[in-house]
Amino acid sequence: MTTTTSAALRRHPRRRRLILMAAMLGIAGLLAAACGDDEADAPAEATATTAAPAEEPATTAAPAEEMTGAAACGPGETDGDLAFYNWAEYIDEELLAAFEAETGINVDYTTYESNEEMLTKVESGAAIYDLVVPSDYMVDTMRRDDLLLELNYDAIPNSANISSDFANPPFDPEHKYHVAYQWGTTGIGLSYEVLDLLGGESTWAVIFDAETAAMVPGGISMLDDAPETVSAALKYLGYSINEVITDQNEAAIQEAGDLLRATNDRLLKYDSVTFGDDLVNGEVDVAHGWSGGFALSIDEADAYETHVYTIPAEGGVRWVDTMAIPHNADNVCSAHAMINFLTDAENGAALTNWTFYGSPNAAATPFIDSEILEDPGIYPPPEVDARLEFIPHSGDLALMIQDMHSRAKS
Amino acid sequence: MNAPDSREGAAVRARRRQGMLLASPGALYLLIFFVAPLALISVYSFATRTSTGRTSLSGWNIESYRAIGDDIIVGIIARSAWLATLTTVLCLAVGYPFAYYIATRPRHVRAILLVLVMIPFWTNGLVRVFAIRFLLGSNGPASALSESLGFGTFRILFTPTAVTIGMVYSFLTLMVLPLYVALERMDWSLTEAARDLYASGARAFWRVTLPLTRSGIVAGCVLVFVPSFGSYVVPDILGGAKTLLIGSYIARQFRDARNWPLGASLSVLLIVAMLIAVAFNQRSGSGAEDADGPRARGRRRHRDGAEAKAEAS
Repeated sequence: MTTTTSAALRRHPRRRRLILMAAMLGIAGLLAAACGDDEADAPAEATATTAAPAEEPATTAAPAEEMTGAAACGPGETDGDLAFYNWAEYIDEELLAAFEAETGINVDYTTYESNEEMLTKVESGAAIYDLVVPSDYMVDTMRRDDLLLELNYDAIPNSANISSDFANPPFDPEHKYHVAYQWGTTGIGLSYEVLDLLGGESTWAVIFDAETAAMVPGGISMLDDAPETVSAALKYLGYSINEVITDQNEAAIQEAGDLLRATNDRLLKYDSVTFGDDLVNGEVDVAHGWSGGFALSIDEADAYETHVYTIPAEGGVRWVDTMAIPHNADNVCSAHAMINFLTDAENGAALTNWTFYGSPNAAATPFIDSEILEDPGIYPPPEVDARLEFIPHSGDLALMIQDMHSRAKS
Repeated sequence: MNAPDSREGAAVRARRRQGMLLASPGALYLLIFFVAPLALISVYSFATRTSTGRTSLSGWNIESYRAIGDDIIVGIIARSAWLATLTTVLCLAVGYPFAYYIATRPRHVRAILLVLVMIPFWTNGLVRVFAIRFLLGSNGPASALSESLGFGTFRILFTPTAVTIGMVYSFLTLMVLPLYVALERMDWSLTEAARDLYASGARAFWRVTLPLTRSGIVAGCVLVFVPSFGSYVVPDILGGAKTLLIGSYIARQFRDARNWPLGASLSVLLIVAMLIAVAFNQRSGSGAEDADGPRARGRRRHRDGAEAKAEAS
């Protein structure tokens, strides 16, 4: 299940350490001739119901007129226990405990490993959630399929804390369905040795150009994720991802696909899980991957002197994960209360201090650790920021993009 | 003559009822968790994917089956079949001498060896694959050993060789156990007889041992071939996901591409292929009983005799 879930562990580097730890345990187990370690097969959504105050119903009693949904909630108002479905390892659980203490309701916290996994659950109604964390393009897919409730921003006064950079999201043009949670970028992690060979400027050519790639002494890895590999190839070819999608430019996607196919044999592997660790360990010298994954690996290995995460000169991808309420949520007011809680300045900072991803929360900045704020890999300077693009909802082109990624591997 | 007959008939019926009762939990389980999902998969394979990736259950069509003829999918299937065949052959080549060795040890040694064979099988498969990844990695012990011997570091991880090593290791137990069972229950006096009749060791093995263990060989091959054909964890982790195999491709259809109809039709194809393999096994299995030769025939004759005796009484 684990490493093969390509998009799954993408933004969630901590998960990866669990896997490696499980692997190490397994080796120890083999050596000791011990048996049975089923931990790694444990269900993805480990329910982590945090300790609950016993007197909850008293404070929770919801006003009777709450039936009309979002519109009826007041700020901080709750209407029952909150079913919160989030990415694995994407929140400091102390924040959940603090929310429970503040509101007196329980948080039923479960996790998923890919947008698609969450989508399937919400779509089928197999489980009812009050709050989910879809990424940008998934907000687009879900709102198009009427799977999201319109938010009542009056009940989320802290949403004013969100930076104006996130005010006009292409995936939710009227900004009705989401509040930004965390954000990051996709680029290249490399050793300074390779960066010097490139003349100090990072470029996609180090992956896509045969001659440039030949200079790399060690291996090269790419994410095992179709939209990401195709986007990287488009960027190298000089296309704007958004224009290609908007214009339904199949020729450009085909061109990117041909490039990926020509690149396949040059790669050591596709990997969306251990790319950061493999880079700092020297297994690869160049890795296509997500900002936070590299930030955490470099921080853990104290590899600041040897390795760096960069946005290539041709530009890279920006993404944002958001909080949204599914169409069939039971406790809509509680969900609004949680969104408001997590967009509070100090709580927003606590999210980032734990995940190593960027915070969309402008008011949180003073509370974020300086090592994170000063890391250009996490918070790119404006001139780099200008080269970033969201991957848009690709509609009918989605299958073609997946197909290009598959074809590259045959 | 009439009375005992009907009494016996009632007893048979009672036994049959009892059998059905005992089998019902298992049958129910299979119905809910095997037959129903299978039916669902078959239904989905005729559905349509909408542009947002939903599966629309209106407008039935066979588009997803037509897509199977696509060059990319044919290539993936051919590659998967080749890898599964290679894995099976290697498992047999490694597993047969191994099982032979175990089966010819004294009883108490056999028990220990069998437990040693089983231990990795009890360990979570994913953990074992990660262990191999660690062993084969360029920073791993295998590379360190080769470097200290002066051969330099080697890069074997994320190559087809690494995938093959991992596959053979993952499925070896499934080959060894049926072979061991076949070898263990073999009547060794038949080999001795062959030797007494001046057959060379090789000839005795070829003409007596091998045919007598044919059922074990077929069972082992099917047990290895079936899961390695659909395997996707090992190729992805040890092969660096650089070469698509049918298992990964199906998983990708359900997870990333959200093209359930295509994933479903490929699954149906895989299941049908497996059913054919199992049917082949069944037939060879019954055929192998004949090949069991004198001993099996003797047993049958004995059984026939017993039945005849029972009828006579």
